[in-house]
Amino acid sequence: MLLRHTQKASETIERKALTVNPAKTCQPVGAMYAALGVHGCLPHSHGSQGCCSYHRSALTRHYKEPVMASTSSFTEGSSVFGGQANLLQALTNIYAIYEPEIVAVHSTCLSETIGDDLGQICSKAVADGKVPEGKHIVYAPTPSYVGSHVTGYANMLKAFVEKFPIKTDEKKRQINLLSGWVEPSDMRELKRIMAMMDVKSVLLPDTSDVLDAPMTGEFQMYPNGGTTIPEMVSMGDSMATVAAGWFATRDAAIALENQCKVKFTQTDIPVGLKATDRFIQAVAKEARVSVPESINVERGRLVDALTDMQQYFYGKKVAIYGDPDNIIPLTEFLIDLGMIPTAVVSGTPGKEFMKRMDALLGDIPEARYLNGAQADMFLMHGWIKENPVDLIIGNTYGKYIARDENIPFLRYGFPILDRIGHSYFPTVGYMGTLNLVTKILDKLMDKIDETALEEKFELVM
Amino acid sequence: MSDKEKLSTIIDPDELKKEIMAKYPGKVQKKRSKGFVVNDPKDESLEIQANVRTIPGIITQRGCTYAGCKGVILGPTRDVVNIVHGPIGCSFYAWLTRRNQTRPLTEEDENFMTYAFSTDMQDSNIVFGGEAKLKKAIKEAYEMFKPHSIAIFSTCPVGLIGDDVHAVAREMKAELGINIFGFSCEGYRGVSQSAGHHIANNKIFSNVVGINDEKVVDSKFRMNMMGEYNIGGDAFLLEDYFKEMGIELVASFSGNSTIESYEYAHKVDLNVVMCHRSINYIAEMMEKKYGIPWFKVNFIGAHASAKSLIKIAEYYGDDEMIKKTKELVDREMKRVEEVIAEVRPKLEGKTAMMFVGGSRAHHYQELFAEVGMETVAAGYEFAHRDDYEGRRVIPNIKIDADTRNIEDLTVEKLDEQFRPDLQERKAKLEKSEFAFENYDGMMPEMRKGALVIDDISHHESEELIAKVKPDIFCAGIKEKYVIQKHGIPLKQLHSYDYGGPYAGFQGAINFYREIERMLTTNVWKMVDAPWKEEPEIVGSVVTEYC
Repeated sequence: MLLRHTQKASETIERKALTVNPAKTCQPVGAMYAALGVHGCLPHSHGSQGCCSYHRSALTRHYKEPVMASTSSFTEGSSVFGGQANLLQALTNIYAIYEPEIVAVHSTCLSETIGDDLGQICSKAVADGKVPEGKHIVYAPTPSYVGSHVTGYANMLKAFVEKFPIKTDEKKRQINLLSGWVEPSDMRELKRIMAMMDVKSVLLPDTSDVLDAPMTGEFQMYPNGGTTIPEMVSMGDSMATVAAGWFATRDAAIALENQCKVKFTQTDIPVGLKATDRFIQAVAKEARVSVPESINVERGRLVDALTDMQQYFYGKKVAIYGDPDNIIPLTEFLIDLGMIPTAVVSGTPGKEFMKRMDALLGDIPEARYLNGAQADMFLMHGWIKENPVDLIIGNTYGKYIARDENIPFLRYGFPILDRIGHSYFPTVGYMGTLNLVTKILDKLMDKIDETALEEKFELVM
Repeated sequence: MSDKEKLSTIIDPDELKKEIMAKYPGKVQKKRSKGFVVNDPKDESLEIQANVRTIPGIITQRGCTYAGCKGVILGPTRDVVNIVHGPIGCSFYAWLTRRNQTRPLTEEDENFMTYAFSTDMQDSNIVFGGEAKLKKAIKEAYEMFKPHSIAIFSTCPVGLIGDDVHAVAREMKAELGINIFGFSCEGYRGVSQSAGHHIANNKIFSNVVGINDEKVVDSKFRMNMMGEYNIGGDAFLLEDYFKEMGIELVASFSGNSTIESYEYAHKVDLNVVMCHRSINYIAEMMEKKYGIPWFKVNFIGAHASAKSLIKIAEYYGDDEMIKKTKELVDREMKRVEEVIAEVRPKLEGKTAMMFVGGSRAHHYQELFAEVGMETVAAGYEFAHRDDYEGRRVIPNIKIDADTRNIEDLTVEKLDEQFRPDLQERKAKLEKSEFAFENYDGMMPEMRKGALVIDDISHHESEELIAKVKPDIFCAGIKEKYVIQKHGIPLKQLHSYDYGGPYAGFQGAINFYREIERMLTTNVWKMVDAPWKEEPEIVGSVVTEYC
């Protein structure tokens, strides 16, 4: 057994201090991912080298693409005397050698603990002429001891929104689309949906064509994708904002509203039928368009497939773990399919999670769910040992539970370290949901085939 | 003209260096120039700058002290609950990402390597201190798992807020009655992972090695292997060789290992060192304290493996072992030679670059050479000067503030357990040119004009790729897709791209085959679309039907 020390939840102690097999990681990696979704932007980690190295490695292993970022390379001295000198020196070098349009600085637990004030250091960098004419610097405090990687993503998104959008007298017939943490393919799918609806939009961040850039034989330090500066500037004049993902986008949406009086509608990441319905309605309302027939057709295609598939989902128990913005709509969708989410955890803290899960799962007596520090995969595994499930959905780390317990396992979320290709196929929108639900069904049906008695082995299913 | 000569006529290494440095601001240029050397194996005065701070803003391969301590040295040991004291990320990133394979002997044996433990520090712990939470976490871990031992790893904030992990460890050890020890391996402690290796070596030596003197290791030939981390199963192959030779491998630091075995690791007759950089400290300290000699071995490369195994057999001086070892080597080399004969014609004359680790960038040159490939540029990520220039330069290495930061343990001879017999054997062997405490480094084995680059930056590797166009580049995951976007295959030498093993003879065969695959695959030839070289097709608005 790979996880031979894991016990049933009822047979072990309730933990208060120890996290085992976390269902989250720390803020800076989220800040790095968000910053990669801005064109010409180099993420910069203000801390010791390991942070930058770990975050680049994690993102690279997931996306199988170059992930460029720099670091302030703290040593003992900078940790004692403050990291200002390191950051100023780093900026000089970065602009000279790597020539980004924007440097997006995020902090770490180290620089936060010693009290480095990124705002003050960045202002000094500008005042001292360390930021060349026409180039930019953005900063987001991302202390690793608060929230999770999702919080870091949210903080960096907010930093961009506070920096670039400008309100002028000229309203633009466009909407802002703030996206939670999804794959580059999902970002592309969101833009396709906007085009189908004939809605001009600015998507922030946009990692499509950055973290799924084509092979051309040439390395581009700053690939063609990413939200551009003019696009971000124009966000201040948009008709409205649609913010997809409460945890990752709400702060940025509020900041933009406060700053440029652009109202926003909060929706979920459009995973699953109902979440996509709400998303489409929000876009249609804010952009003042009617939903085109082409969208109805895609929706109809999904619903048709669901009616064909439904018999295989009904009553199946499922364990889900990951980031709240992704697994809230996913849980809703799985319930709609007739499945029973019996074990749901997210390491990311925040009351909104339990509020939403109470509403979704409160009436299901066997459902156990929790978020925060000890809402880890060890806890979830303990629940699974008590009440076995038919399917596990979550990031790569679930493969250890899946193997030990012999349970079908669908990789979904971040990070997926052990499969290639996931970042090319969306799971948002009606077509993305169709892709996702097909994968779920494949897992369940493969299990039926694997375990069927010879005389019960079906040709047609 | 041979390929080697061709290469040096195409590229003037000094000119290339100048071009690459040109982009750097003045101060950076000055500093980076010292770590960027045009090799001359005959020039003993040639010096490379190594183990110094990375310049802020320079995109580096390096990680942190914590990574070297928890990730590299303690990561591969299975019977210890490694609690990372800090915010969640550090534990998360070191969770199963290094491919250290382990093989518990029974289903009941402890194996905590698949788990990540963390105190998951929150802002209140940063403000009010994290010791109470750490103690609680240790107690919870003990209550749940009753592990053989518990280790605590300090992450950046821990030292800064003044948490004393060593005091906590002592208190908990007294209370719970199992071995508990802490590491002050905060990420910022050193200039790279290297500081973490040293910190890990010190603590393992002072708190674990030798604490079990009761254990009887009943074998004629006893040995520890050091600096072998069992990536991709390398150590499993080597364990089989030692078994065949009749050697009892008492402990491995730290691939496929247990803390329990470290406790009686002083009951050996020899320490062999694979990765000099990460583990020479324990080897040296064990020699001082217990009189156990050590020498450097290398199991990357078939010829190097053969030499190393024979050297081990000669150390023991047992005729039967020497005979068995020679049989093993002959048998295995025959298989190796067959594959070389097949693969070499396809790879002969091709060039490689490798920038990795503290010994791999040296060792892997042997494997490439065996199939006729030349390493035209190489360097380490976190090595010291001795790993480049050889241990002869150790007395001349300038000790800077960053190095002084890492404690050098004062080790005294332990009379009752000291092995004068081994020291006598060593002295006798030394008379016949048998080298101990040896490592000559990378540079003497690389040709004149090759580039040796310490802590290579993104800018430098990109320029090398563009100007030298090697056939293969070896580094790690962060570099992999950067290099491959250029259309040049990258072989990861940390994770082996999830392949391996590459140690020993079968490992060498695996590696030759892997390089053959990488350099003959069709995928790189498919980058350009067929119409790229064709004249532009002129569009027409009229559709013509025949």
